[in-house]
Amino acid sequence: MTPSPGTNAKCEVSFTVNGEAKKLLAHPMERLLDVLRNDLKLTGAKEGCGEGECGSCSVLLDGMLVNSCLVPVAQVSGASIDTIEGISAHALMHPLQEAFLECGSAQCGICTPGMILAAVHLLEKKPEPALAEIREGLAGNLCRCTGYIQIFDAVAGAARRVAK
Amino acid sequence: MRADPAEYKFVSPGNLQAVLSLLASEPAQWLPIAGGTDVMVLYSAGKLPNRKLINILNIPELRQIEVFPDSVRIGAACTYTALRKHDNVSREFPLLATAASWTGGIANQNRGTLGGNIANASPAADSLPALLVYDAEVTLISARGARRVAYRNFHSGYKQTALAADELIRDISLPRRFSEYLSHARKVGARNAQAISKVCLAALGQIANGAIRDVRLALGSVAPVPLRLNETERALTGKKIEPPLIDTARKSVVKEIRPIDDIRSTARYRAAVAGNLVAEFLEKLAAAGANA
Repeated sequence: MTPSPGTNAKCEVSFTVNGEAKKLLAHPMERLLDVLRNDLKLTGAKEGCGEGECGSCSVLLDGMLVNSCLVPVAQVSGASIDTIEGISAHALMHPLQEAFLECGSAQCGICTPGMILAAVHLLEKKPEPALAEIREGLAGNLCRCTGYIQIFDAVAGAARRVAK
Repeated sequence: MRADPAEYKFVSPGNLQAVLSLLASEPAQWLPIAGGTDVMVLYSAGKLPNRKLINILNIPELRQIEVFPDSVRIGAACTYTALRKHDNVSREFPLLATAASWTGGIANQNRGTLGGNIANASPAADSLPALLVYDAEVTLISARGARRVAYRNFHSGYKQTALAADELIRDISLPRRFSEYLSHARKVGARNAQAISKVCLAALGQIANGAIRDVRLALGSVAPVPLRLNETERALTGKKIEPPLIDTARKSVVKEIRPIDDIRSTARYRAAVAGNLVAEFLEKLAAAGANA
């Protein structure tokens, strides 16, 4: 395919995903979400609204919760990304994943990876969050089927388990 | 239609001088991008007019919060999270810290910046009424030099600003003389996080000898620009807060604002709520004065 006159070349971008160094060619304005899903085949981050309102594309960027649909890949050059695929490290499941299963906190599953990453981010800052803090920490993540109560229960349960 | 990333240029010079030279060499061509919480939404929808973007998220001068004896200077690319976490900002400028906590959810607070909120110039932005009542000054910088503009003169009309085509917002400076004021912030929206306000209020007041010594009121989402209520402030200053004064304030607020009907609310609802929010603040101020 001949590039159109306005077409720019791809650039090399290097960053770390779930502890593994990655180097790939991408257009700098490609969304981190698309690079994760299409190039790296990490399909845990979902596209919900595509405009930073729903949180289903949440990932951790240098430990900070972000909506990957709003991040141009060029801005993660040299950064470290954590996605749901890497969250359990070497264990079978992260305590939050276990708690989500036990509390029935996932139904269709679209919001679940983002919910869990938002909860990971919250528990890192506040290991024993009050309910109001859990609600605030997850306020940028929308769920349209389970409802939020089971999700809040799971986060509170996981916090208790980790604190022990 | 969704944007094709191949049609966009993106550069990341990493230092302020290089950013300013590029803005000067091709004015109005390059769009600065920091956290991307506004720019990327337009980009993804294929509605971004610019095809060239310049990264300013990695410019150290724009990321600092500096505390001086008379002022706190906030770099334009400081995030809402940074504002909420900063001791002086949360203690001395609680209206700004509170507005930062309303803006989006945590993920957007981790990326969205105060300078971006100002440059985006939405009349519904939650942090802008706070800047009005705190008498903020913005420093605009270009290859030609720096200039300071009182924030109250920054927005000249709907999405119109004082920024020249080659300029960048460098910092926002807040005078440290409001920590003794009673402050009151209220957002009315469909939900707390992620919902754009129907109306939001930032208010400061001080009572002396049973009367209002100074009062500062600003509203979002009620006019083409974030609006300081100068007339209402004048009508209140020096007066004792009693029910007839609160009625006068309500009427004055409704006269001063220019709300519209849109997807989030109606002009009529906004006018009623704007009056109620100011009345609520005056009742709180009266109670604080009575207990002083």
